[in-house]
Amino acid sequence: MEKLLYSKNHEWIKKEGNIALIGITDHAQKSLGEIVYVELPEVDDEFEVEEAFGVIESVKAASDSYMPVSGKIIEINEALEDSPTLLNEDPYGTWIIKIELSDEGELESLLDLAAYNELCEEDN
Amino acid sequence: MIKEDKMELKKTSLNEVHKKLGGKLVDFAGWELPIQFEGIKAEHLAVRERAGLFDVSHMGEITIDGLEALKFVDYLVANNASVMNDSQVMYTFMCNEKGGVVDDLLVYKYTNEKILLVVNASNIEKDYRWIEEKSKNFDVVTKNISDDVSQIAIQGPKAQEILQKITGIDLNEIKFFTFNSKVLLSGIECLVSRTGYTGEDGFEIYLDNDKAAFIVEELLNVGGEDLSPIGLGARDTLRFEAGLPLYGNELRDDVTPLESGLGFFVKLEAGDFIGKDILVAQKKEGLKRRTAGFKLIGKGIARGGYKAFADGKEIGVVTTGYQLPGQKESIGIALIDIEYAKIGKNLQIEIRNKLVDAEVISKKFLEKKYKK
Repeated sequence: MEKLLYSKNHEWIKKEGNIALIGITDHAQKSLGEIVYVELPEVDDEFEVEEAFGVIESVKAASDSYMPVSGKIIEINEALEDSPTLLNEDPYGTWIIKIELSDEGELESLLDLAAYNELCEEDN
Repeated sequence: MIKEDKMELKKTSLNEVHKKLGGKLVDFAGWELPIQFEGIKAEHLAVRERAGLFDVSHMGEITIDGLEALKFVDYLVANNASVMNDSQVMYTFMCNEKGGVVDDLLVYKYTNEKILLVVNASNIEKDYRWIEEKSKNFDVVTKNISDDVSQIAIQGPKAQEILQKITGIDLNEIKFFTFNSKVLLSGIECLVSRTGYTGEDGFEIYLDNDKAAFIVEELLNVGGEDLSPIGLGARDTLRFEAGLPLYGNELRDDVTPLESGLGFFVKLEAGDFIGKDILVAQKKEGLKRRTAGFKLIGKGIARGGYKAFADGKEIGVVTTGYQLPGQKESIGIALIDIEYAKIGKNLQIEIRNKLVDAEVISKKFLEKKYKK
């Protein structure tokens, strides 16, 4: 998991060339509880940093998911439409969106694992 | 609403027990209570399949004593209290002069001179002021004993079997919506009623604060794997699935019980009660709006507060909406214009600026398993 970067909003991001996969962290799925619905964006939608790109709903509440970096959606994980609990079962193995990065420099402002763990400890 | 100071949360007598059991504690109407233990889905299903234990000590208890106790309560509530037998429990509403609901409550009748009212936690102060004010012309003494009483509920198909293990009284003698105020549970005198808020058979237990933790531990010991502690999250999904209303959602002070679809608990042919004139007129003229169950046809989850539309106009609002544990469909209850509140009607629910198709269905999402 060393290759992942993390946002303060509990998304993870994995860079593969100029493409990146984005999902939610284990800490996020635990806080949400059982996920019953994921609202995904459309392919070709473009988002800025911190803009909400989707909604993850647990039994009790709806929570926005935010872009860790700017980019254009090139693929959405359609499996989540039928099996939203994949995010609970395997949060790091389940990406939500694939994006084309608009500005790779933005990755520098994200957290590494050690910094993210520290953030989660503060949360707890 | 921004709170200037962080208010000290009230703690029930089971606060330490919740922490020991791993409850995730939250602020609920000023009380520190567990939203969940194992998880909402697991807890919801535990109650449907086995049994669950709930701390409902935050609920309010108000006693009405005196020669005119029954007469006063009959005037106070919309159901017919005058026909109640001793040791009977009744679900009803206190209405205001406009027919809106001050609160929904349980009435426990000991005798004509001694009655206990059990009210919602968030309404205790408002209710007590209301009751005190309305009691002035009656020969009664009212007392708010909420801080002295703990309340535990045990609900589910195995509730009776588990509770029976710590009492010598045959629990079959406590029929649906009756109570016994002198049941010994592991030697502790408690009031036990066959009531609850989940759609399951079960009991509510009232006792002194200092004995509550002991009884909970006794129940968890004898219940073993058949009894799970349940948080507020599953309490809400269970009551919603059972079609039971919640104050602040389906019931409000500007919505009448008839509009909430709960006319069964209103007895307009009985004697005078506060708000009766309005309810009689409303029934005669016909309702303009009513709550209805619905399921989403399109994708998403309709949450409380979302707007409902039909034929291109806004027709009401969702009062509760969920995708329930173990179910695929998103269902809800909405307060909508009466012409659309019929089974089979098509609606749309506005979910984050998008209109999602929905269909009106029966509010009886679950077949109740009360033991009558």
